[in-house]
Amino acid sequence: MSRHTLSVLVENKPGVLARVSALFSRRGFNIDSLAVGPTENADLSRMTIVVDVASQPLEQVTKQLNKLINVIKIVELDDAAAVQRELLLVKVAAPLADRAVVLQTAELFRARIVDVNADSVTLEATGTPAKLDALLEVLTPLGIKEMAQSGVVAMARGPRSIAGAGSLRAVDRAS
Amino acid sequence: MSTDPIDDTSCTGAQSIVRSLEAVGADVVFGIPGGAILPLYDPLFDSTAVRHVLVRHEQGAGHAAEGYAQATGRVGVCMATSGPGATNLVTPIADAHMDSVPIVAITGQVPSASIGSDAFQEADICGITMPITKHNFLVTDAADIPSTIAAAFHLAATGRPGPVLVDVPKDVLQARTTFSWPARVDLPGYRPNLRPHGKQVREAATVITQAKRPVLYVGGGVLKAHATQELAKLAELTGAPVVTTLMARGAFPDSHPQNLKMPGMHGNVAAVTALQRSDLLICLGARFDDRVTGKLSTFAPGAKVIHADIDPAEISKNRVADVPIVGDCKETISALYDALAADHAAGRKADLTGWWRQLDGYRETYPLGYEWPEDGELAPQYVIERLGAIAGPDAIYVAGVGQHQMWAAQFINYERPYTWLNSGGLGTMGYAVPAAMGAKVGRPEATVWAIDGDGCFQMTNQELATCAIEGIPIKVAVINNGNLGMVRQWQTLFYDGRYSNTGLGTLQTAQTRRIPDFVLLAEALGCVGLRCETKADVDMTIEKAMAVNDAPVVVDFCVGQDAQVWPMVPAGTSNDEILAARDVRPVFDESQV
Repeated sequence: MSRHTLSVLVENKPGVLARVSALFSRRGFNIDSLAVGPTENADLSRMTIVVDVASQPLEQVTKQLNKLINVIKIVELDDAAAVQRELLLVKVAAPLADRAVVLQTAELFRARIVDVNADSVTLEATGTPAKLDALLEVLTPLGIKEMAQSGVVAMARGPRSIAGAGSLRAVDRAS
Repeated sequence: MSTDPIDDTSCTGAQSIVRSLEAVGADVVFGIPGGAILPLYDPLFDSTAVRHVLVRHEQGAGHAAEGYAQATGRVGVCMATSGPGATNLVTPIADAHMDSVPIVAITGQVPSASIGSDAFQEADICGITMPITKHNFLVTDAADIPSTIAAAFHLAATGRPGPVLVDVPKDVLQARTTFSWPARVDLPGYRPNLRPHGKQVREAATVITQAKRPVLYVGGGVLKAHATQELAKLAELTGAPVVTTLMARGAFPDSHPQNLKMPGMHGNVAAVTALQRSDLLICLGARFDDRVTGKLSTFAPGAKVIHADIDPAEISKNRVADVPIVGDCKETISALYDALAADHAAGRKADLTGWWRQLDGYRETYPLGYEWPEDGELAPQYVIERLGAIAGPDAIYVAGVGQHQMWAAQFINYERPYTWLNSGGLGTMGYAVPAAMGAKVGRPEATVWAIDGDGCFQMTNQELATCAIEGIPIKVAVINNGNLGMVRQWQTLFYDGRYSNTGLGTLQTAQTRRIPDFVLLAEALGCVGLRCETKADVDMTIEKAMAVNDAPVVVDFCVGQDAQVWPMVPAGTSNDEILAARDVRPVFDESQV
């Protein structure tokens, strides 16, 4: 199995997210994460989907996604050539005795303190999945009370936009 | 597409749907009214261009739309109300999805304000049919009706065809709107690739010239693309054997010497073995279904694969293609012909003499056949064979699912495209009668024979009432063995003859009467009912049925329950394990290979 990040431009219409997620479950494809949001074009939304597959089924994933009428374009983002970010909110147990450690950790990971009270501190951190995993590893012994994490959003480095990039049109792949 | 003849463009959403159906050229709709779709039935009542056929069950409407589409090549239309009306369409929609049949289903929906409230007769039919439609639409604004209907028909008919559902809430049907037929369909994410890549086509031609044991593996896509003439030319240019899958029977004439006929689980020995021993599969509009490949890892182990299909997702889905070609079959086959002709002109042509010697050996040694039942009862294969001979190649044959379907695929010679209709991918029992009805509506000049089993027939025979009342004189041959025959065959072979729940009691025995009596049932449904129980009566009964033109006819052919479908590749095993008949494994002279 291997992880691939797909950037998928879709029509901004009701039910598109359901179509995509239903397709993944029906075909037995594994989603690591899925994030969806608006784009610079009001008619289009952008999904960032991280899939966990062997390389052969990845071709099936993109071909099946391309068959959805509301899917406009699919681009696979290479880890090295793309910026990938997740957002993490984590509520850490931070009695006064431990508070300094929590604040130092936050500073080390460039996390922001977004809520503080007598018993806990809530951190906001963004970064690659690896960075956030490392942060969580440090925080775990202190006692994580609650956390919420977004899926990855990603974008290729360099001047070109997804609109100008070569699409993973299954047609092009096959022939 | 005609333009709206009426200047006044102001209308209701319901009128807009009727005008859209007229504009798109739909001439018949199969359906049943109900609460949510009632506003649509009012203007439909006045339409002179669109005929509505009132069916007895929505499943019948869906299969009738499929039969219409498969017999004519045009988009079939079915209609139902919300909730149970719509869910009754699910089976035919799934069937059309599996067999790539272009149909449009229009369903009523509860009023917009009630959606999500579990209102009376509410079902999320868009959600339910999402995985079994090519696409579906929930119309939220009456102004979107013309563009949505245009898009639905366009999607259903083009690319890889398939079912499209349009769900319309009752208030949208009642709303005032304006009708304006769109000049073009706006689907930015839908661009089927019709033209094959020239480089791939040339590569395919090169590979064909180098192959010693090529096989043209022809699927239903060739029929969908109306490419049968192109196929015949290509086949003759290559000189290669042709196998036609269950969905492609009729795509290449059975009388043609290059036709090895049907491969697969119940294919004949020559067709199955040709694929297994091939060094090149030229797959045209087929999809390496498990019923064709048997155990996939042992399928055609020595073969390279050229795979031409309009759906890129089919290519390398089950079997990796060495030469993938994405494109419409008609364009692809024409281009392949030209490229191959150029190769031949340059002196590059394979000699297939040895291959044909081998194949002819299989054909002569293991022809299709059957034995007369030991108890002397009527052989079902004989009935179907005679039906094909008497009704001839111009008739349309529509089968249900099971033993009778396989025998109809094996023992009738198909000479023309669109004369063989069946439920292949989904295997929907109950398909035959309503699909035959749809085929007859689409091709009223043709003789249409439904070949059904006693199990299948009892699932949808109420549509015979529709046929009788609407003047749709189809003919139904019920191959009545009193059992769910294919299931019983598996019980015989794989469950020690323990016949759990397969007897249907439709045959008369010393102790029991027929329940139901199909002749009486036919008469009750307004049809002519005939019965045939002996070999001597078969021809006479078929001719009698052929002579009736003003009413549907049902013939109850009472046949032996022990007849089996052979050859057979047991499920999950390799095609090399094919049994020509029970316990008869072909012996191939490997020195020929």
